[in-house]
Amino acid sequence: MKTSMKALLMAAGMSAVLVGSAADAQQIAPTSILPPPQIQQQKPADAGGLTGSVSDDSAWVDLGIDIPSFATPADVPTQASAGSTAALGRAIADVITADLKNNGLFKPIGPEKLPGIGIGDVTQPDFPGWSSRGAEMLVHGSVRAGGDGSLLVSCYLYDVRLQQQLTKAAWTFSAGDWRRAAHKCSDVIYSRLSGESPFFDSRIAYIAETGPKNHRMKRLAIMDSDGANHRFITTGQAMALTPRFSPDYKKIVYLSYLNGRPRIYIYDIASSSQRLVAETGNPTFAPRWSPDGKWILYSMAVAGNTNIYRVSAAGGSSQKLTDTPGINVGGSYSPDGSRIVFESDRGGSQQIYVMNADGSNQHRISFFGGKAATPEWSPRGDQIAFTRIGGGEFAIAVTSPSGGSAHTLTHSWQDESPTWAPNGRIIQFFRTERGSGRSSLWQVDLTGRHERRLPTPVDGSDPSWGPVRQ
Amino acid sequence: MFSKLPTTVRGIAPGAMVLTLGLALAACGHKPPKTLPPEPAPAVSQSAPPTAPANQGPVPGSAADFVAQMMGKDTIHFALDKYSVDPGETPALQAQAQWLMRYPSKKATIEGHCDERGTREYNLALGERRATAAKNYLVSLGVDASRLTTISYGKERPVDPASTEEAYAHNRRAVTVAID
Repeated sequence: MKTSMKALLMAAGMSAVLVGSAADAQQIAPTSILPPPQIQQQKPADAGGLTGSVSDDSAWVDLGIDIPSFATPADVPTQASAGSTAALGRAIADVITADLKNNGLFKPIGPEKLPGIGIGDVTQPDFPGWSSRGAEMLVHGSVRAGGDGSLLVSCYLYDVRLQQQLTKAAWTFSAGDWRRAAHKCSDVIYSRLSGESPFFDSRIAYIAETGPKNHRMKRLAIMDSDGANHRFITTGQAMALTPRFSPDYKKIVYLSYLNGRPRIYIYDIASSSQRLVAETGNPTFAPRWSPDGKWILYSMAVAGNTNIYRVSAAGGSSQKLTDTPGINVGGSYSPDGSRIVFESDRGGSQQIYVMNADGSNQHRISFFGGKAATPEWSPRGDQIAFTRIGGGEFAIAVTSPSGGSAHTLTHSWQDESPTWAPNGRIIQFFRTERGSGRSSLWQVDLTGRHERRLPTPVDGSDPSWGPVRQ
Repeated sequence: MFSKLPTTVRGIAPGAMVLTLGLALAACGHKPPKTLPPEPAPAVSQSAPPTAPANQGPVPGSAADFVAQMMGKDTIHFALDKYSVDPGETPALQAQAQWLMRYPSKKATIEGHCDERGTREYNLALGERRATAAKNYLVSLGVDASRLTTISYGKERPVDPASTEEAYAHNRRAVTVAID
């Protein structure tokens, strides 16, 4: 699990670019992706290596990126599932290609359609050869077996037309974590070309659903951001809902109906054990971590009224943060931990409120018409995503922390419970099908134009993204 | 499995049946659900095992007996996004209270449920409000509060899986389940 990141990222060039997460080919036809107009106004001087290549909007997302198999100085067996270092070189290039393609970023061409490279090419690419193939951007990399069963993976991004190296990085991973090297490389490419923070090397916790609508089995499950390394954590004997990864990925807080008593638990991934978060005679639900992982917000129903509490993740006594009749539920910390956005029906219907982390200064921010539920603060701090309820439908929407400029991003029957990608540029949610009740995981970018269904082995709900892994 | 019990025991308590049917007609415009809500997760201990051969009817005072006696009045329904007990639902709660008073050693759980037009966590809270409202009404009729527990399933266990107004009306409910 050791990671050392070297030589990361020159200063990123472009700013304020909204990331498209476009159609998964099986779900919706790929749409042409139009970047926001800011790009046209980029000063050529600050666009770094892209300057010479990008002449208009469409070039940004139509940018062709060739990703041949990573080279290896010696093809030796490894303990990785993908096989020898040469096989890993191919597999890593495949994963990077899928990352960039599935998220609608650029037009990657993977190793199956490209010639191989030698180890010497990694730092000195055959620019004329790649240029003649029409490549604009080029990714090269290498895989070496370390002495202790580890893998050393390097990743280089080149601008073919400028014949210039844009960025490079290298990591050491244990063999079992080889896919992380690919995601790290995807993150480096994405960050360098878009100017945004990385997000590929992250994990998702969600609820896997099977069975008929009136008797659904709901199990806690986790997977990488691309759906790989999927694992069911609970058996389904007790209904599980609303998981959230701890910021260090070691734990998951979630709601379990174990023994017919809905309570929140902290599940420890390494030990496969769990413990009750708060000893209480009342049902607890809607758990959330604080950004530093030290606190847990939860909701507790007492005599029919639900209020929000805070408890140390290590245990101890709880502090009541809201105290009104009715339903106060959920809650999401601002990235600096100073404020909490939550949902309350104290005014007669579900609306969004903000309070200080100690419960003071509670005030409503949603005045959009209809109801507003499940607010989640962006990790960037600048937006709050929520479920907008109106006209018998749920939609994913965003607003500013002061409640201004709300706009709706999705249009389906029931899109519910948004959570954020670690870079605050993509929102994940679940979509329920009318009638059948079947649910699926989706992502949408902040323009609302690019939706993508996340593949899962069975139906899914309550997706929650963890941070980028360190 | 409970859904078949009312018909198999219909003959044993004709007086009670007439009474409950009359009340049911007076009580509510809601059609009683055709089946009881699914049991909680299999691990839950209070799900009631069958207590008697079907052709003899359930043992008086058992969970199955409660289901049989209630004839659908183990369930009350609620208006959209509301948790107050509608006056039309009180006869059902009175019938439940009568049974619980008759068997004072028995405990019961009240399950609160919602239709699918609310968000998941809000509905968990709303289901708790509905179950608590039903519980409070039973307590007001003389049932000891310590005998009654509540649990909310939110919108997770609809009794009618359709996405229609009629289904929603069925699903907005509190179901009293006697514990053996």
